[in-house]
Amino acid sequence: MMLWDHAIASALAKGEAIETGVPSQLVVEDLHAYFGRTHAVKGLSLDIAANRITAIIGPSGCGKSTFLRCLNRMHEVVPGARREGRVLLDGEDIYAPSVDPVEVRRRVGMVFQRANPFPTMSIYDNVVVGLRLNGIRDRRVLDEVAERSLGQAALWDEVKDVLARPGTSLSGGQQQRLCIARALAVQPEVLLMDEPASALDPASTLKIEELAKTLRETLTIVIVTHNMQQAARVSDSTAFMLAGSLIEYGPTAELFTRPKERQTEDYITGRFG
Amino acid sequence: MIAPGSRAGARRRLTDRVMGWVCLAAILVAIAPLASLLGYVVVQGAPALNWAFFTHLPAPVGEPGGGMANAILGTLTLIGLASGVGVPVGILGGLFLAEAGDGRLGWWIRFTADVLNGLPSIVVGVFVYALVVVPMHRFSALAGGLALGVMMIPLVVRTTEEMVRLVPSSLREASLALGIRWWITSLRIVLRTATAGVITGIMLAVARIGGETAPLLFTAFNNQFWQAGLDQPISSLTVQLFTYSIAPYDDWHRQAWAAALVLMAITLLLNIAARAAGRQRFTVGR
Amino acid sequence: MSYALPAGRGAPLPAVPRSRGGRGGDVGFRVLLTVFGVAVIVLVAAIACVLIGAAMPSIRRFGPAFLWTSRWDPVHNVFGALPFVFGTVASSTLALLIAVPISLGVAVYLVEIAPAQMSVALSFVIELLAAIPSVILGLWGIFVLAPWVRAAVEPALAAVLGWLPLFSGPQYGIGLLAAGIILAIMIIPIVSSVSRDVLRAVPPEQREAMYALGATRWEVISRAVVPYGRVGIIGAVILGLGRALGETIAVTMVIGNRPQIPTSLFQPAYTIAAVLANEFSEATSDLYLSALIEMALVLFAVSLIVNALARWLVARVTSHTRVVR
Repeated sequence: MMLWDHAIASALAKGEAIETGVPSQLVVEDLHAYFGRTHAVKGLSLDIAANRITAIIGPSGCGKSTFLRCLNRMHEVVPGARREGRVLLDGEDIYAPSVDPVEVRRRVGMVFQRANPFPTMSIYDNVVVGLRLNGIRDRRVLDEVAERSLGQAALWDEVKDVLARPGTSLSGGQQQRLCIARALAVQPEVLLMDEPASALDPASTLKIEELAKTLRETLTIVIVTHNMQQAARVSDSTAFMLAGSLIEYGPTAELFTRPKERQTEDYITGRFG
Repeated sequence: MIAPGSRAGARRRLTDRVMGWVCLAAILVAIAPLASLLGYVVVQGAPALNWAFFTHLPAPVGEPGGGMANAILGTLTLIGLASGVGVPVGILGGLFLAEAGDGRLGWWIRFTADVLNGLPSIVVGVFVYALVVVPMHRFSALAGGLALGVMMIPLVVRTTEEMVRLVPSSLREASLALGIRWWITSLRIVLRTATAGVITGIMLAVARIGGETAPLLFTAFNNQFWQAGLDQPISSLTVQLFTYSIAPYDDWHRQAWAAALVLMAITLLLNIAARAAGRQRFTVGR
Repeated sequence: MSYALPAGRGAPLPAVPRSRGGRGGDVGFRVLLTVFGVAVIVLVAAIACVLIGAAMPSIRRFGPAFLWTSRWDPVHNVFGALPFVFGTVASSTLALLIAVPISLGVAVYLVEIAPAQMSVALSFVIELLAAIPSVILGLWGIFVLAPWVRAAVEPALAAVLGWLPLFSGPQYGIGLLAAGIILAIMIIPIVSSVSRDVLRAVPPEQREAMYALGATRWEVISRAVVPYGRVGIIGAVILGLGRALGETIAVTMVIGNRPQIPTSLFQPAYTIAAVLANEFSEATSDLYLSALIEMALVLFAVSLIVNALARWLVARVTSHTRVVR
């Protein structure tokens, strides 16, 4: 197969060796998701490796965001939504009847497409809200968590002197990093990112991508993106979805250079989507 | 098409012009009573406002002088009591409608809230009379507060629902995704974000009930002296105003205008402040 | 640049506790909200029940004839509500006759004629009229409106139409006419603002089609816009009627409070709400009180039907219903 896109090519030129033997953090087994009668995710199965970045790509409407939201039990928040299948987090099905969805969401965090800091709260309050509203009040602990999380989100230096400012007073890219810090503060094992940079300028986008790579050391990351170059730059494995089904899943370098499926190739080369 | 200069065309254009003026006249006719009333209230009420008005009790019948200090305090007391009923029920009811009110039950609650809102206030007074005044064998501030509180409920329910629905769902989702429980999300994130709007709604409701007279006539009744206890009759600006206006004493009429000025000022201020505050909307992200 | 993670991940943070409250918190909160939501329904049902219960003695004694008997005699414990029913209907009808054309004119002006900013400012002013406490309007009614009616309006009407019994008789100022006028003033804000919303909801294509045929602005308004919104406007009028029927204080201050059916607009009259306001705290016998409460029940039932009908009509035309004061 020929490479069409120089951007992808150069991203892959840094190519890492394909790994084997990495444990799976999340195992998805035959997942179906519905909105009322609409069948949005059709029988999807895949393993998400721990401490790696997995990208989900596909044309808009293919169900990638719906799939992502099934991984932290946010899908069921929408009225009329339901799902079938299992999602195993460290071996336990998050959808087992005895499992509290709120616990799942603490362990699997999420960053949304548009930054959504809480408008009535300061930067500091935004970061620690996940702890504070769950009962942790000790100021020293919160201070430490705030510094740590903002540091992990590469925002500490920019805001350390203005923590009392409203969260919404930051720029778009900073707000998104604030939301990442907020998600990190509750110490999740997995971080889901739903097109986190699509509303941002290129400079902020790159910052977010670098951030993701840094965070990989401590977290598992699943990132949904419609930007193939981003997927190629950032991820270790990529899954391609189309109309609710998983078409292909494999190491990123392979998927972009030697896609196994015709549809994958068509999408990557820009024939549709 | 109208040929310019034709007789039919000229008549139609004239009609158009005249009806435009007629509609403008309608506006002026609608506003004229407001202007007249404001004018009279200010002109008649201002001279009658003095220190005694705010600090003295009413003088005995027929004697000049005295003030409405107890009536002012009474109105504030009644508003406080009413809010004790109206605010919790209104906010929680409104929250229900916003969070879980999309089904049949929600429809019925909205319908009855509308019915309650459209009820003549005197009917609410009769209800509270039968429910509270009769068993207690006396008029009381509690009864008056309850009557006003009942009237507050539909107003606060609707504005709370509206304001909570305006909170972007992305905020609710962000909170849930952090592992924060639904009820904590609802109170500490969603309602907190809607707080300014909810308070605006409460201010408007207070302005409305502060000006009510009919439901107090046989619940709180009236009291020419300071309030002795919440289970006693209590004076209020509105009832005092009413009593003074229909009485034959000139001095009482004077004081009635003064009371009207005070009541008008508070009502208008609350309304304008509430609407001005209501214009602000928060933005999420960029 | 990026913040270097401390080697060995730094001091261990306390474990994030299990989310507070457990699932019980969610259930309990839902129950709490539902209870308070249902409380609204319970409240209205309670009002109905209490009124019916307290009105029972009178209902049993006088039956349906209560509504069309005109003798109101507390001394002999004979009660008939007709004078009050009549007065309520008459004053409200008069109010509608005055207020509806004016309100329509206001609504048309605000939506079709006035420039946008002026429309916003004027709407605000007219809604302020709705915020005026009824007792203050009544005060103004006694000392400003009634004298004016006596000095200017009634003589003028008598001069032109005095041959009609409707405009004959001594001119007090206070009476049915003044009550009708003051009610009209009170319902103009609601009728005009709902009509305004209705007219605004008329699709622009309706107007454009008429303009394309060469119609003048007035013709577009009168032949396309208003007819399109007529259902909603009827709803607005009925809302105004509902408001007028229940208005108590301003009416009782200018209507004269005489429990007899007036034969002329210049005569005093009485409404259900007004008699409740005046005689309730002085009702001497249980039957007296019960008769008054029966009238309150009538008022309750009528206002319920009228308001429900009005909101249904308005909802059909606008895509949302707003609680307008």
